[in-house]
Amino acid sequence: MSNMEMKKGALGLRADTPGERFFNGLIEENPTLVLMIGMCPTLAVTTSAINGLSMGLATTFVLALSNAVISALRKVIPDTVRIPSFIVVIASFVTLVQLIMQAYLPALNKALGVYIPLIVVNCIIFGRAEAYASKHGIVPSFFDGLGMGLGFTCAITIIGFFRELIGGGTMFDIQILGEGTVLPGAIGAFFGRYQPVRIFIQQAGAFLVLAFLIAIMNQVKFNLEKKGKDTSKFGSGGCCNDIELKDPKTVKEQLLAKESKGAQG
Amino acid sequence: MTNTILQLLSILITASLVNNVVLSQFLGLCPFLGVSRKTDTAFGMGMALTFVMTLASFVCSLIYKFILTPLDLSFLQTIVFILVIAMLVQFVEMFLKKYVVSLYQSLGVYLPLITTNCAVLGIALNNVTDEYNTLESTICGAATAIGFTIAIVILAGIREKIQYNDIPKPFKGMPIVLITSGLMAIAFTGFAGLK
Repeated sequence: MSNMEMKKGALGLRADTPGERFFNGLIEENPTLVLMIGMCPTLAVTTSAINGLSMGLATTFVLALSNAVISALRKVIPDTVRIPSFIVVIASFVTLVQLIMQAYLPALNKALGVYIPLIVVNCIIFGRAEAYASKHGIVPSFFDGLGMGLGFTCAITIIGFFRELIGGGTMFDIQILGEGTVLPGAIGAFFGRYQPVRIFIQQAGAFLVLAFLIAIMNQVKFNLEKKGKDTSKFGSGGCCNDIELKDPKTVKEQLLAKESKGAQG
Repeated sequence: MTNTILQLLSILITASLVNNVVLSQFLGLCPFLGVSRKTDTAFGMGMALTFVMTLASFVCSLIYKFILTPLDLSFLQTIVFILVIAMLVQFVEMFLKKYVVSLYQSLGVYLPLITTNCAVLGIALNNVTDEYNTLESTICGAATAIGFTIAIVILAGIREKIQYNDIPKPFKGMPIVLITSGLMAIAFTGFAGLK
């Protein structure tokens, strides 16, 4: 019986099957909302839902394929040089994405700018390569990457959606709220007419939105704890966690522990 | 001559204050939020980053100019730059450990944190996009890192002050730090007038 339970993964599906891996990344271990890793692009490119969506899809592409390749090569790559090898695999796929976007989507490429090549140093990708793909088969690794990538995509599209709507009154670049539009229902009763809050599409808005998002997740975590559920998966800032610096040895140990948790960045 | 100096001065101010690396470009957020609990460690991190970033900007610019451009391989810049930076950090760490022990003791602990720092790679790539020459790239790298140091030391100072404040429970820890950063980002938009 205990053996059966051990093998259960996300949503009660059997562990390491493609479907279980997919939903694990999308919901149970959502990288942005639950694990809270890969925060730099989350803040930088979410000025609109379209930017968030495209950044997410580009990351998903790199994540799924690099996971599959790293998994296929896991028995060939010696343990001592695994980090540079992973970086080369990931960087190759990022270059591929960059060239495709330059050729076919020049406007989007310009909007996302330096953040496309910076997918290389996104801690989600490196974290999954280290924590999952280097230890499991090709098919589950591919779906693990796909689920994680789509979980990331959903989260940053939602953040982009709200920043765009509050900051500029647009929804996927279509103007739906003009200045002075009467807001519906309870929101309207509280705020009256719509005024674009420009700060939400500026840099400061990104910090504020993320702060409130983490605060909400903290509240969810407290509520779950009250009900006695396991919340060990919840990160509280991921790679942005406080790092205590005392002497080089403890730092090295902490870094190693963080690396194995997949929160590098 | 005067024009060159003015140009360099403009890069210095733009990169350190107007386009502040963390508060307006969102690069290097991890050390910014993670190592900003105390002012002195924040300053150490800033100095280590200044050292690495200046060196990395210089080396990457040379590699781009003398290896990638003549061979028509500039599309490989992402792969080459990340490997060069990772190697450079390792090399600097080994060099300091062997020859400059005092510097290693003060900066060494921060070096492993910088290896995969997106700010270093981001600046190297930005220098190429902005078509800076080697001198301009190096100045830009140093100025960006100085901007990082200014921001992280200010944040660390504020965090030391607010440590014992009464903060609502869900906002304890990272959220309040992010809100502080957001307010700092608003303050830094004031520098836009300097451009």
